[in-house]
Amino acid sequence: MKIAIPIDENKEDTSICASFGRAPLFLLHNTETQTSETLKNPAADASGGAGVKAAQFLIDQGADILLTLRGGENAAEVLLAADVQVYKAQAGLARDNLTAFLEGKLDKLNRFHAGFHHKQ
Amino acid sequence: MKLAVLSGKGGTGKTFVSVNLAAAAKNATYMDCDVEEPNGRLFLKPTKVTSASVDTMLPSFEETRCKGCRQCVDFCRFNALAFIKGKPKVFETICHSCGGCLLICPHHAITETWHPVGRIERGSHEGITVITGILNPGEASAVPVIHAVLDDASAHEGHVVIDCPPGSGCPVLESVSASDYCVLVAEPTAFGLHNLQMVVELLMLLQKPYGVVINKIEATYAPLEDYCAQNGIRVLSRIPYSKKLAQINTAAEVAYEQDEESRKRFQALLQDIEAEVRT
Repeated sequence: MKIAIPIDENKEDTSICASFGRAPLFLLHNTETQTSETLKNPAADASGGAGVKAAQFLIDQGADILLTLRGGENAAEVLLAADVQVYKAQAGLARDNLTAFLEGKLDKLNRFHAGFHHKQ
Repeated sequence: MKLAVLSGKGGTGKTFVSVNLAAAAKNATYMDCDVEEPNGRLFLKPTKVTSASVDTMLPSFEETRCKGCRQCVDFCRFNALAFIKGKPKVFETICHSCGGCLLICPHHAITETWHPVGRIERGSHEGITVITGILNPGEASAVPVIHAVLDDASAHEGHVVIDCPPGSGCPVLESVSASDYCVLVAEPTAFGLHNLQMVVELLMLLQKPYGVVINKIEATYAPLEDYCAQNGIRVLSRIPYSKKLAQINTAAEVAYEQDEESRKRFQALLQDIEAEVRT
């Protein structure tokens, strides 16, 4: 099982990123091999459609689970259609969220925002 | 001559200035590109109105032909396509209708479908052709309807006055891009000055000539006058905040047609702009 988390920095005690689509990096943790890797988010500076592109990237990386503070409707549509399960993370360290998820302490995220583009 | 009338801030009097400039220009075309709230028609009350739908293209995928090669998804620079379980999927609000996916698909599995986003109304008022763009509520992008207004073939040979949306984003940029000259309507307030500066920055990028109309003046607002003077920006007209103009506006009448002072003011403004464009 691969667990993805949007993160702010490439270091062990990085905080979870407030944004999903525009997070600079993703942490991808493989529960079978017990290894983690840090991946650059190709959607971080997209002019539009960042949620769709970031979600696509995670699917292509084979993610099964996403832990995030929030997410947009379009990203959710892509993730859910690809059977990625999205859980509501807590602000703080990415590491603590991973532990909380593995201990079954996080709930499913079932509210997604309508996106920020074209809002003036 | 194409004149774009704009302002960073909403409610400064873009439609007031646009409608009256069109009236002063006679045989002109008034284009309402403020497609989310088109209100020039309330004053001009066009007659003999005809309506046409504005549609945008969306790709649709023929399952039997699609081989799941993913070239369309990787090609889309707007990230409007996702590839889920071997199939492409389009996100309507992100798609810019560029048609690139149709061209790139090696299996001819993508066809165009048309999706209504708004409409255009054409009518006339005292020799002015009135073209109004109306965006359907809930649509994400105003740009396709603005394009349809600007490209409308019923526009006159004479002057065209483009009533722009507020702000300084994509819809304004589209509305302004075809113009020969821009009229910036500003209120003499801190908010008015701030948003004027945003529009000035946009026009400097676009390299458009422009001048300022200060509207609803109760007292001189020195920071606005200083800003224009220091940056060499011409103030074309100063319109007072008057009860008479407010009454004409709330009665949805055209000041140029109701008030001698306004008639002279907008004739002078138009001549001034004509002279600016000629030089």
